[in-house]
Amino acid sequence: MDQTLVNLLNGLSAGLLLFMLGAGLTLIFSMMGVLNFAHASFYMLGAYAAYGFARIGGFWLALVVAPLAVGLLGALFERFVLRRVRANGPVPELLVTFGLSYVVLEAVQLAWGRAAVPFVPPAALQGPAMTLVHPAGGGLDVFWRAAPEAVCSAAGVSCSLFPATRAFVAVVALSMLAGLAWLLVRTRTGLILRAALTHAGAVEALGHDVPRIFTWVFAGGCALAALAGVAGGVTFVTEPAMAASVGSILFVVVVVGGMGSLAGAFVAAILIGLLQYLPVAWDVSLLTLGRAAGFDWGPETTGHAVLKITLAQLAPLLPYLLLVTMLIVRPRGLFGTHGD
Amino acid sequence: MHFKPHDAGRRIVWSAFALLLVVAPLLFTSGMSLSLLTQIGIAAIACLSYNILLGQGGMLSFGHAVFSGFGAYLAIHALNAAGQGLPLPVSLVPLVGGLAGGALALVFGSIATRRAGLSFAMITLGLAELVGALWLMLPEVFGGEGGLTADRVVGKPVLGISFGPAIQVYYLVAVYCFVCTAAMFALTRTPLGRLLNAVRDNAERVGFIGYDAQHVRFLGFVIAGFFAGIAGGLASISSEIVHAEAVGQMRSGGYLLFTFLGGVPFFFGPLIGAVLMVLAFALFSEWTSAWLLYLGLLFIVMVVYAPGGFASLLLMNLRVAAHGLLRPLWPAYGALLGAGVVALCGLSAMVEMTYHLQLKAGFGELRFFGVPLQPDSADAWFGAAFALVTGAGLFELARRHFAAQWDATQLEIEAIQRRKEGL
Repeated sequence: MDQTLVNLLNGLSAGLLLFMLGAGLTLIFSMMGVLNFAHASFYMLGAYAAYGFARIGGFWLALVVAPLAVGLLGALFERFVLRRVRANGPVPELLVTFGLSYVVLEAVQLAWGRAAVPFVPPAALQGPAMTLVHPAGGGLDVFWRAAPEAVCSAAGVSCSLFPATRAFVAVVALSMLAGLAWLLVRTRTGLILRAALTHAGAVEALGHDVPRIFTWVFAGGCALAALAGVAGGVTFVTEPAMAASVGSILFVVVVVGGMGSLAGAFVAAILIGLLQYLPVAWDVSLLTLGRAAGFDWGPETTGHAVLKITLAQLAPLLPYLLLVTMLIVRPRGLFGTHGD
Repeated sequence: MHFKPHDAGRRIVWSAFALLLVVAPLLFTSGMSLSLLTQIGIAAIACLSYNILLGQGGMLSFGHAVFSGFGAYLAIHALNAAGQGLPLPVSLVPLVGGLAGGALALVFGSIATRRAGLSFAMITLGLAELVGALWLMLPEVFGGEGGLTADRVVGKPVLGISFGPAIQVYYLVAVYCFVCTAAMFALTRTPLGRLLNAVRDNAERVGFIGYDAQHVRFLGFVIAGFFAGIAGGLASISSEIVHAEAVGQMRSGGYLLFTFLGGVPFFFGPLIGAVLMVLAFALFSEWTSAWLLYLGLLFIVMVVYAPGGFASLLLMNLRVAAHGLLRPLWPAYGALLGAGVVALCGLSAMVEMTYHLQLKAGFGELRFFGVPLQPDSADAWFGAAFALVTGAGLFELARRHFAAQWDATQLEIEAIQRRKEGL
């Protein structure tokens, strides 16, 4: 039970990380109509840039500087490459970012090598954020940070840890969500941004430079991805494969939530985060179910290879199965408003 | 509309294509080039089938390798079954692959073609990930990382053809390549092919004239899956092995990149793309380990400046040449080429030096086109950066000059054509 609770927390934290990425992607998509294939590449760039800056000025400096640097790169890309294909429609825009994902992947390997880099969290983020102790007699005790050693080593007691980095991911994501909501709803900048979303022509007529607003939006989205990259980089492994592994899940989030819907991205991201982590503790397969139901299934049974897959092994596939189910049941996604 | 019962031009083009397929192995006789030619033939079918989606149907797919990979996988099983006595001639094994690819496309197409545009692209990406993950999860079924192998020399030789020697495999690929190319070209002339174009250009209007745009996309998707499966089946016969890599993201991305580089708006564009793909994977990756960086940069430049790919560049220059106006453009081309080469040398010298420092530090000296470079000296870096900056600046100047001259040439051609029509 306590392990399930930790899995739930892990899933929530993974979902919030996905939402940080999905939010930037959705903002860029709903404002500019650009589906940024390289969004996960900016996430990776954020992690690597933070690793580089952390070696110079420490982690907390890197947490601020890395997203700014990556945002600047995003602005340059938007200004000098993406804007040139603007007139050709959404598919060339997607293709140009697809090409960028190749360039970023190779450039990262060029600068930092093909193996993973040792991006370790600072002392404050090492160890567990809390420990769930399951005493022998039942019940549940919660300790902030690590539990005293004597508690966990006692007979019949099991301890589950929730790592501090994952809590950090959740904190960063929630503060980003709050900051973004404040910016969009409460400030004049947000007012102009929201107006440019629906009435770009009118905003331009009022004297605002809409192409420059788009550059800022793209840069902002990339900076958010990089912020997620800093948090994700210390939590997981900082390696060249991190963009590809998070990228495809990210697009599942966007399609399941409904393209262009921020609320949809939030719900879908949490859902998919939970789907990835909750089943991890369940070592159930069709084989064990069949045996429990009285069938005499063994290695020689037809389809044994499929039957023996456990739910835990299936966890990485579940987001994609969710995608397929969603498309059959509700093709425009959870909160999607229009067909395509 | 001109009805021409005897289209001499088209006959010449197709005869030349057939002749090229026949004589190519006689011109390039080494084992290496025969293997490359075989791969080009296979890649041609795959890229043409991809262009049914991207070029003709306007469907950007990130998962086309799923169909060629599944075709390859079932073709390996068909070869093994033939080895155990199934009366299936090897020459028909690619059709098994095609049917497999088509059948899988029936399933996936019914899901993916519910949406168009960007959503379609994301769905194909998701489905490809699903297949890739399943492939590795079921090593008993799909062979896992190690892959599945088969022996292509099975059954009795038909007319003395056993498909043991590589040259016989090449001619099998050549026949399939010609027939598939012709079939896919014929598709573009059928009502379905025209409807695919219409769905690409304006799906809503297709609905107004009474057709179901989703169904048209679905049919196009299944046909593309069928031809991709044939390519996969041929690849299995040629290499006698299929890996998980055959359905991977890298392969799907390769189809997209090279079909686009070849030229999406033209039927023959993907053929150029196929040649480039095989040469890039086989030769260019030997020269430099940073080849994907150059490929990505080239792709971005092409999307920005030449969205019609190399085929459009070729055709535009042929049009200029046909009006006898190409010669005055030569100096501008020369300037572009010179500046481009200087910038590229600077860039690639820096890239190679970084790689040298990063990956092979302490492993002998770095030779760049035969010239020794010292990656640890500031001089080399300064020189490379200087070449890059100067070359890029000169290139931009040359490009502006060229663009002006090019636009003037196009105006001149239009004037010539108007004069002709006036007569």
